[in-house]
Amino acid sequence: MATTDLRPRTLISPAQLNRPRGRFLYWTVLALVLAVFTLVFLGPLYWMITGGLKTTHEIIQSPPTLYPHHPRPAEYGKAWSDLGLGRLLINTLYYAFGALAFQLVLDVSAAFALSKLRPVLGKAVLGMMLATLMIPATVLVVPQYLTVLDVPLIHRNLLNSPWAIWLPSVTNAFNIFLLKRFFDSIPRELLEAAEIDGAGPLRTLWAVILPISRPILGVVSIFAVVNVWKDFLWPMLTEPDPGKRTLGVGIYALSTGVTENEVIAALAIASVPTVVIFLFFQRNIMAGLSAGSLKG
Amino acid sequence: MTTPAASRSVPHGPALPPAGHGTRAPGELAPGAGRRDRGALRRSIRRNLTAYAFLVGALLCFALFSWFPMVREVILAFQRTHRGTTTWAGWHNLRQITADPAFWQAWRNTAQFTGYALVLGFAVPFVVAVVLNELRHFQGYLRILVYLPVMLPPVASVLLFKYFYDPGYGLFNEILHALHLPTSQWLQSTHTAMLSVVIASTWMNMGGATLIYLAALQGIPGELYEAVELDGAGLLRRVWHVTIPQTRLVLSLLLLMQIISTMQVFTEPYLLTGGAGPQGSTTTVVYLIYQYAFNFDNYGAAAALGLVLLIVLAVFSGIYVRLNRETGE
Repeated sequence: MATTDLRPRTLISPAQLNRPRGRFLYWTVLALVLAVFTLVFLGPLYWMITGGLKTTHEIIQSPPTLYPHHPRPAEYGKAWSDLGLGRLLINTLYYAFGALAFQLVLDVSAAFALSKLRPVLGKAVLGMMLATLMIPATVLVVPQYLTVLDVPLIHRNLLNSPWAIWLPSVTNAFNIFLLKRFFDSIPRELLEAAEIDGAGPLRTLWAVILPISRPILGVVSIFAVVNVWKDFLWPMLTEPDPGKRTLGVGIYALSTGVTENEVIAALAIASVPTVVIFLFFQRNIMAGLSAGSLKG
Repeated sequence: MTTPAASRSVPHGPALPPAGHGTRAPGELAPGAGRRDRGALRRSIRRNLTAYAFLVGALLCFALFSWFPMVREVILAFQRTHRGTTTWAGWHNLRQITADPAFWQAWRNTAQFTGYALVLGFAVPFVVAVVLNELRHFQGYLRILVYLPVMLPPVASVLLFKYFYDPGYGLFNEILHALHLPTSQWLQSTHTAMLSVVIASTWMNMGGATLIYLAALQGIPGELYEAVELDGAGLLRRVWHVTIPQTRLVLSLLLLMQIISTMQVFTEPYLLTGGAGPQGSTTTVVYLIYQYAFNFDNYGAAAALGLVLLIVLAVFSGIYVRLNRETGE
């Protein structure tokens, strides 16, 4: 119970907790919370993973079975080939990591310029970027879609092209804001030292700023990938070709044509990457969440 | 905003200006600086060119996919395209959408969704955060659990709930049945369809709000609790007099954020009920925009409805910005 003493005082006083009645209540509540939370939040995932192992008949059986009585891992393979998950997975990875690369290069250099090079009208540019946060994303879907159909000036149609996902992903004002705020906190002595050594801005960015910005770059990268993975409406509109679909859109589009256990197996497969990312990077993700959540 | 222009592009080789001027920002040069002026000007131009070279990629993306669409949204709302020719339509689009009975239904549904989402999606995470903040064990595990659904692709969570909601063999009715409780038609009844959408949506999204509340709760000084405890305040009064006032700003910010995001709901009803639901009972404003634009090819009506939504949300955004400023420095 060493941790108890280090914690700041909260709603219930330590004295109250240490009384026998308090202790009993505490452990009861803890057990209850653990049970309910596990059931509510892991239960559906358990059902999804085991559902993919059940037979077509077993999955709609009443009452439902708690575990697959005749586990059939082959259902996962069947879902993989019937729904063409390989193709969808490659597409989604391609979109997600392309978006990540675009955001890292363009948003980082934009934030660097706004924070350290400070050009004329820099503040106005930043203001206009941040203003986009106030515009509800769904309102802009129609005009953005029209931009994709016929990009102004170059008159290219980006429909079914990965650019339709990559380029809009750069307009993440929140990323630029987070990055700029981090760059602002880098002491100027460091940059002056680099300058005296004869480093140009690009070298300064690469050799001085980026190495110390790893934590914030990590947060930005994780959310860049996760955002593409979770997006639905935009990829549904801009990548309608069956060969170009993302995992989410593809599974949804084909979900009515295959058996239920196959769909569930496919959903489980589609969920694995983000869940793995989360379990690996949960510290960064939660830190990033509290870093930016309230200062939009 | 304390960092001065620190890293400027310094020309290499002989063009290097005399040391001592390097620390001066170009705009600060005194009028009588004489021959130094030209060097400073040249450096200033160079610095700006470099800066915009770094900015140009992001600027182009913003121009194409944010700024121009914003302007175009307004233009589209007052235009109509008929057989390939686009003309100014004045208020025609707006009159057209308000004459559509679906307009009022969509707003009613959206308001209903937002209302339910506030009761569930706003209160539940707060209560969960207060409880989690008291627990001294399994903290990491519980936090991961609550946030896990946020990381799932919405298609996975939503389709999963769709199976749970099935009135025939769905898990929810099986559980209710086993407990000898009345079962429900869930998504297939006009009465419960929207509520079902909100329950799924709360499960999917509550993790973020919960973690933000937890962070806010941890900032409450313990002495405050001790002080009211001396006054003999019980548990509920402590929550009422300390916890809620101390987190008031975070609570109201999240409330507004939630209003703004739930009023734009699309994916959940679209995937759960196909968008409209039984007798249009889950048609939301954004789904109606989607229908106008992508089912009826009526971009003018879609843009006009988008503009109405924008104005409504702008009111909430305005309040949000004001509150946010209050929390800030």
